[in-house]
Amino acid sequence: MLILTCPYCGIDADETELAAGGQAHIKRETVGASDDAFEEYMFMRENPKGVHFERWRHANGCGKWFHAARCTMTLEVFGTYEAQTYEPPAEIRAAISAKRPGWSWGSFS
Amino acid sequence: MALNPNVNTVLGPFRMKRYSAFAIAREAARYHQGWERAWASPEPKAHYDAIIVGAGGHGLATAYYLGKNFGITNLAVIEKGWLGGGNTGRNTTIIRSNYLQDPSAAIYEKARSLYETMSQDLNYNVMFSPRGVLMLAQTHHEVRGYQRTAYANALQGVKTEFIGPEKVKEICPIMNIEGPRYPVMGGLWQSRGGTARHDAVAWGYARACSDMGMDILQKTEVTGVTREGGKVTGVETSRGHIGCDKLGIVVAGHSGHVAEMAGFRLPIESVALQALVSEPIKPCMDIVVMANTVHGYLSQSDKGEMVIGGGTDSYNNYTQRGSFHHIEETVRALIETFPMISRLKMLRQWGGIVDVTGDRSPILSKTPLENCFINCGWGTGGFKAIPGSGWGFAELMAKGYSPLTAEFGLDRFKEGRFIDESVAAGVAH
Ligand SMILES: Cc1cc2nc3c(=O)[nH]c(=O)nc-3n(C[C@H](O)[C@H](O)[C@H](O)COP(=O)(O)OP(=O)(O)OC[C@H]3O[C@@H](n4cnc5c(N)ncnc54)[C@H](O)[C@@H]3O)c2cc1C
Ligand SMILES: [Zn+2]
Repeated sequence: MLILTCPYCGIDADETELAAGGQAHIKRETVGASDDAFEEYMFMRENPKGVHFERWRHANGCGKWFHAARCTMTLEVFGTYEAQTYEPPAEIRAAISAKRPGWSWGSFS
Repeated sequence: MALNPNVNTVLGPFRMKRYSAFAIAREAARYHQGWERAWASPEPKAHYDAIIVGAGGHGLATAYYLGKNFGITNLAVIEKGWLGGGNTGRNTTIIRSNYLQDPSAAIYEKARSLYETMSQDLNYNVMFSPRGVLMLAQTHHEVRGYQRTAYANALQGVKTEFIGPEKVKEICPIMNIEGPRYPVMGGLWQSRGGTARHDAVAWGYARACSDMGMDILQKTEVTGVTREGGKVTGVETSRGHIGCDKLGIVVAGHSGHVAEMAGFRLPIESVALQALVSEPIKPCMDIVVMANTVHGYLSQSDKGEMVIGGGTDSYNNYTQRGSFHHIEETVRALIETFPMISRLKMLRQWGGIVDVTGDRSPILSKTPLENCFINCGWGTGGFKAIPGSGWGFAELMAKGYSPLTAEFGLDRFKEGRFIDESVAAGVAH
């Protein structure tokens, strides 16, 4: 079972307390978007073997959405952070770099 | 290369001994010393007319029909592990074709009908068992949904019928149809759906491919795709570069990873799907039952184990194992309808990495890289499709077009032409 720390209430939450919300840092497109941009937003996914940024909701807890950085090959969690950001914070990136030197994900590295 | 109807490709130059009752008697008389290996383990050649990446059912079926229907036998199937070791060897083997949308019904029914004669075609017993598949309606919405599917199937020429609760109880007496939480209100019944032996499907195709002179390269990982002027030229592998004129990528959960090597992206996420089996018990259920409302399904194997599956885990995962509470949820939900499960010991549990698309339908398509094709997105339900998918994808690779695959192109997401089966197929299977 996955255990993620909710960055708002600080609780180490079991997976059963959480709801997965898919890939994080997606740029939302709306009316007037090009076909390519809309397809990218709606359907295309990073789906990497390795470092992944994703959304979770502390469903049976504080109810808030947060982000997690996790490895899809080992299920190792690098850290969690609040959702009010367009990119992973520096300390999360540093934590990943310490364990997965040279990592990249979308436009982040 | 054109198909020469005078050459029986299955009995071609690399002819292997046929399996038969006579062969069993012959071998019995000499202590079973004379059985041959079912397929060869050759060294890779420098170049092939076509390469298929992934020796799961879909990759092997594609190779088989490229040889059988189009005479393309200078072909390698490249597999990083052992053949059939991916989802093909991990699934719960439900075969049905009662889908809602026309393109789905066409390819799944083609597959189901090929399963009917597969053992004879391949000279390999795949134990196809058309025991009947029943999809339970346990809410009013499901009743309406399945009645609609039954009408759609009638128009598609797929034989299904909507049956009432009494008939359900008659064909599956171990079921509790009274509820109270999930009463059985009827079901969508496909009498010629069923199961087959998953490993045997992979092994049977592999043997027939090897027999046609194709190379199946196991323990060979594809690590890169080489290209020149927008066209594919071959693959980098753990055993060196291997050239090809045409490339088919058929790697299920690893599709995004291999597509990236070929320079394009996919509308796919890879998640774990788990299944489990109970201790073996006496025969108690001779059909396959799927219960979408409670997200569970079961059948009984020939060994007597109850084979149980549920929905996918919720997060991206490549570890081939899932979270245990999903197993717990699946079994818990099935117990009301199948009370006897509560007394069974569970023996084994496992997971596979399934490739799920935005509209829950597969992708069989050309790609932005010329002469490179992709067959993926079968997600939780592609075992049943193996022969139909191989048939259509081989035609697409050989001729550039197949009526079976035409609607399943990669461009459908951009163009909004979804093949929406997420309602019709609410559960994994
Ligand atoms: C638990 C479970 C239950 C299921 N139940 C059902 C069911 O009841 N009915 C049904 O119809 N479907 C079911 N499915 C779905 C079905 O198993 C799959 O859709 C189907 O087997 C996919 O076949 P495939 O040949 O595309 O993939 P796979 O069998 O996974 O084959 C892909 C192969 O590609 C290889 N590969 C990957 N990357 C590389 C690389 N870089 N180089 C070389 N080789 C590579 C892999 O090792 C693998 O062998 C289930 C799946 C699971 C996991
Ligand atoms: Zn919280």
